[in-house]
Amino acid sequence: MSSADTEQEEQQDQYAAANAARQEALDALKATLGDAVVGEDVHAGDLWIRVLASEWRRAVEACKAAGFNYFDFLSGLDWMPSAPNPEDAETLSVEPEADADEAPNPDEAAEAEAEHEAEPQPSEAGTVAAFETPGGEPAEGWQTGVAGGDTRFQVFARFHSPHRKMGITVKADLGDDEPRVASIHDIFFGAEWHERETWEMYGFVFEGHPDLRHIYLPGEFEGFPLRKDFPLLAREVKPWPGLVDVEDLPAAEEARQDAAINAAQEAEAGEGGS
Amino acid sequence: MAITEQQRRAYVNTQAADARVNVELQTEDMTLNIGPQHPATHGTLRVVARLDGEQVVWADVVCGYMHRGYEKLTEVRTYPQVTTLVNRIDWLSSFANEVPFILAAEKLMEIEAPPRAQYIRTILFELARIANITLFIGTMGADLGAITPVFYAFRDRERVLNQIEAVTGGRFHPNFDRIGGLKDDLPRGWVDETKAVMNRVREFCDELEELLMGNEIFQARTRGIGVIPAEVGLSYGLSGANIRASGIDWDLRRDQDLPMAWKDLDWKVWTHPDGDSFARFWVRLQETREASRMVDQMLDGLPAGSIQAKVPRIIKVPAGEAWVHTENPLGEMGYYIVSQGGLGPFRCKIRSASFNNVSVLPWVLRGTYVPDIITILASLYFILGDIDR
Repeated sequence: MSSADTEQEEQQDQYAAANAARQEALDALKATLGDAVVGEDVHAGDLWIRVLASEWRRAVEACKAAGFNYFDFLSGLDWMPSAPNPEDAETLSVEPEADADEAPNPDEAAEAEAEHEAEPQPSEAGTVAAFETPGGEPAEGWQTGVAGGDTRFQVFARFHSPHRKMGITVKADLGDDEPRVASIHDIFFGAEWHERETWEMYGFVFEGHPDLRHIYLPGEFEGFPLRKDFPLLAREVKPWPGLVDVEDLPAAEEARQDAAINAAQEAEAGEGGS
Repeated sequence: MAITEQQRRAYVNTQAADARVNVELQTEDMTLNIGPQHPATHGTLRVVARLDGEQVVWADVVCGYMHRGYEKLTEVRTYPQVTTLVNRIDWLSSFANEVPFILAAEKLMEIEAPPRAQYIRTILFELARIANITLFIGTMGADLGAITPVFYAFRDRERVLNQIEAVTGGRFHPNFDRIGGLKDDLPRGWVDETKAVMNRVREFCDELEELLMGNEIFQARTRGIGVIPAEVGLSYGLSGANIRASGIDWDLRRDQDLPMAWKDLDWKVWTHPDGDSFARFWVRLQETREASRMVDQMLDGLPAGSIQAKVPRIIKVPAGEAWVHTENPLGEMGYYIVSQGGLGPFRCKIRSASFNNVSVLPWVLRGTYVPDIITILASLYFILGDIDR
């Protein structure tokens, strides 16, 4: 346990230098963009900012001017919470503690419990806390990502700086009914194809894009497949057979498997000790 | 006999009429479809080129013939199941596709693979690179009319694939990387065999260097063809050997801190200032040789110990977002994972190298001649699965 703690501290220290450099870049960007920045985050050696959708172009230009001149990608996010298959969601929520309870030997159960406690836990600062934005709670209790979000959709892009050896994720909230944002294809040429892809997958309209047409899907395709409310038809017809692995096994079978795993682990531990 | 004034005037008029026709002649542009089934596209990619004579005045790329919707599918898979999908993105170097995804999940879970697993991962990553680029070196020759190199390439790639198969059980789709480590350790005797294969790879590189690079026809068809300036490349998101051939000294193996073995090795990032098709070929050839040296170093310094970190039996990734990108054989490949604490990703954006590499084609093809289209397609080097995902 203690060794795991020191390892985690080392990890934090290792990120500390990287985070400091990111913070510096973030401060410079905020000085340029002013009120356009509505959300920000620096953790685990990475940098996020969230800007007003109306200032999307200006933010991208500022990033390019700050040295982030390499275009990684541009895409969309849909925060609507939806399990693709409601019955999948039930089977998916199998708790790991369940098999510890059913272990035949109480000692082994305690051991298993300890093992679960030793599992790496999400750091409060890094992930969970980041979901609460200072500007306001996410809409309708939806979970939104790092740097927050107020609406259902987000457009986000990633830029990298080869000489500063760091990257930045830029996000902007888009409205639910008619998501629109300015095109950046003339700032980063590569964005032209990515905007076409995002338009066909999410239905975001990029104003000023010269040629907004389908890139992957056939021209007559209707709907926006990566939106969370777009059903995966294959799943409607036939549930995913792979989930059988995660479903509860018959008690006898599970006990047999547990015993086999424990025996193997003990044998390995004995080998390691001698 | 003297020419009368009338005859002279008639002659001048016909000459003028001819000249006018030549000036005003509206040559019709011809549209040429290359693909979807053309050997030079190595799959189903369609390039539409509008030609004025032999010259391309406008070009467009039609992709999507092989779109499989992996970004949607990842949302209904658990993390261990996703590696099966991402194996099929760049199918010539499948193991290299798994690594950034697993690293991103590990970053969110805040675990790190043990040193031995990191080394074996890096070895397999570089073997995948060698297998992939070896084929490029061969097919580049084949696309330019030299048939011999492609046979050498297939022969020597097979040796590398045998080594990958000996470890993972799969020639093309290993599905070997696990969160926290690897499925298995190396088999007995594998280290010595691999060293012999790496020697063979270097011999292959020497052979091809003599066979192709010195060849006058090869030089004439690649030098100065398809020049991409560095700023344009960066703006389009060109990566890997394509951007290094334009003089950008940028390699994600060296320029970021990943839990992989690259940081312990002594190696060099190759760049070329020209930015043409020849430079792209040259950089890739050097990289193959460099990769074989890296594998040798890693085999010598292979640490002992476990190959699997302690992970829960049912893998749940804590809520958060992580972006991890690596230097894959085709260029920068990255995964942006959004997790909401479930068994599978809430959203997984797959950034594949070829999509951006090919998006430069409309720009670079403008003004080139028909035979050069093939050279440029071959030298940019894309895998269809990597464009269409």
